[in-house]
Amino acid sequence: MIEAVGLTKRYGDKTAVYNLSFQVRPGAVTGFLGPNGSGKSTTMRMILGLDNPTSGRVTIGGYPYRKLPNAPRQVGALIDAKAVHGGRSARNHLLSLAQLSGIPARRVDEVLGVVGLQDVARKRSRGFSLGMGQRLGIAAALLGDPQVLLFDEPVNGLDPEGILWVRNLMKALAAEGRTVFVSSHLMSEMALTADHLIVIGRGQLLADMSVRDFISANSAGFARVRTPDTEPHLREKLSLALTEAGGQVLPEQDGALRVTGLALPRISDLAHEAGVRLWELSPHQASLEEAYMRMTQGVVDYRSTADQKAGLQQPLPPGAQPPVPVPGQGQPGWYAPPPPQHAGAHPYGGPGAAPQPYAQPVPQGQAAPAQPPAGAPAPAVPAAAPAASAPSSVSPAPVTDPTKSEDAR
Amino acid sequence: MAMAQVVRSEWTKIRSVASTVWTLSLAVVVTIALGMLISALSKSEYDNMSAQDRLSFDPTFTSFAGTSLGQLAMIVFGVLVVANEYSTGMIRTSLAAVPQRGAFLFGKIAVATLLALVVGMATSFAAFFLGQAMLGDLKASLGDPGVLRAVFGGGLYMTLIAMFSMGVAAMLRSPMLSLGILMPFFFLISSILGAVDATQKVGRFLPDQAGSKIMQVVPPVGDDTPYGPWGGLGIMVLWVVAALIGGYVVLKRRDA
Repeated sequence: MIEAVGLTKRYGDKTAVYNLSFQVRPGAVTGFLGPNGSGKSTTMRMILGLDNPTSGRVTIGGYPYRKLPNAPRQVGALIDAKAVHGGRSARNHLLSLAQLSGIPARRVDEVLGVVGLQDVARKRSRGFSLGMGQRLGIAAALLGDPQVLLFDEPVNGLDPEGILWVRNLMKALAAEGRTVFVSSHLMSEMALTADHLIVIGRGQLLADMSVRDFISANSAGFARVRTPDTEPHLREKLSLALTEAGGQVLPEQDGALRVTGLALPRISDLAHEAGVRLWELSPHQASLEEAYMRMTQGVVDYRSTADQKAGLQQPLPPGAQPPVPVPGQGQPGWYAPPPPQHAGAHPYGGPGAAPQPYAQPVPQGQAAPAQPPAGAPAPAVPAAAPAASAPSSVSPAPVTDPTKSEDAR
Repeated sequence: MAMAQVVRSEWTKIRSVASTVWTLSLAVVVTIALGMLISALSKSEYDNMSAQDRLSFDPTFTSFAGTSLGQLAMIVFGVLVVANEYSTGMIRTSLAAVPQRGAFLFGKIAVATLLALVVGMATSFAAFFLGQAMLGDLKASLGDPGVLRAVFGGGLYMTLIAMFSMGVAAMLRSPMLSLGILMPFFFLISSILGAVDATQKVGRFLPDQAGSKIMQVVPPVGDDTPYGPWGGLGIMVLWVVAALIGGYVVLKRRDA
């Protein structure tokens, strides 16, 4: 059991982690999610007593790490897979760690077998691939057969087979009753591996809930409806009918309609009554990735701008069309179709001033709607403001009953 | 308990990297070879020396002439042993395994110091005997007054230089920074301060100048150094202790 209470870490005037409180329970894989630079690694280091918190505390089994008796036999950690002396062989690296923790040398060969590095055990780790380095780091974490395991980005650089192996390893460790705490910035990976999620952004807690709750709270379903391209007036007619029946209709870029709040059979009936033919009527689930992006988009520290290639582009030959940017690529905020019921009310909502990309129809073939300048600071989540709104076990803002707000509109 | 584990682990670490072998063997070879060269040159020049120079000719100290260059390899050894933990990031894994940071640092330094002591002593005796062999009939013998002390002192000097470097590296936490400061300090600044009269009185309290006094058997004519051979080594030990305390405080206080 790992318990953090009011954990805060400041580096100078930069706050890396602010008032973070959570518990990581045994017998489950707990995913620790956040964008790059959101404070995941800092939190991990504070759990391991490597960094001292500015305020608050974090304990393992009731002890701060530095006071934990026989710490390396109780806690195993993968902090940084590259943190090995490249000139030392894998076996000697693990042997030095085993000796440091009072673990017998034969355990080294056991863990080398567990992670599948027995054939390169005596090779210098300088020549290891990223994936082999990760395996070596995982081997180091497993050395003491610990009850508490911390993994910082364990699947970075692994091939699909390696990712599957890590996933099964985490689940197996948790099934043995251990506490498994895994950080990642990949929502999709965590959805498959973790039982519980702790999501942070800019060092603050955004969500602390089971994966099942996270999915049901965040993946709002919608229907995609397509009317014949040749008759645009049918589309407007259907939009009107669906809106009158209480649905929300958002036009999509390719001319389809995204409908929420109405069941598929009802949409079909309404279309029939309005005399509109349908080319498509399909159910869709917003992906977890989208939900995660929506949750964290306001707290992403590093985002890309569109590459203007100023001064690099050749003048276009006469008559040529400039290339059309592919929507959704490299454009922050494009992802996030906010669940209609929360539009505007989302406390962590992304670039607040940005028009919803779906709010106005976009003529086909034209670029996506203008985005807020990416360099501009995202709506500040200053250290102080959410303090009040972030009680220790926050249930995140988007958790509202989706059925209610439809009537509210 | 924790200390014994750290010592075993550090021994594995130190013997499993190539830099240990390279730096230490470089220290041995350079110290001995340069000592032999200078000894041979001194012998051929002896007849041309002034009476005063002949009077203060110190065969023991001459055979240790290679130390000034060989100590640089010892500095590299000391710096790499400590600072490699930081440059590779191993320090986090190590400190997660041994949360008692004092035990970790001093266990590491103890292992490296012991190794440096063994190598330093062997180097010192080898440099003495081979140097004396070059000096022919000018040679000193181990039984002469002060000579055994000087030869032992040569080994201690090499060891203390390595320890001082370890302390500095623990404070600076970066191999490049540590070497960038220590190398010019010992190779240039110390000898520049020693060369100018005005700064000489300050310069001789620097660790290398004070410490190298132990290797002297015949003091130069008109020597007004306010400390003897052991006093000089004591000054060097103070420097080492200060560097180690500084390194310990930094490791204890700062985030890894």
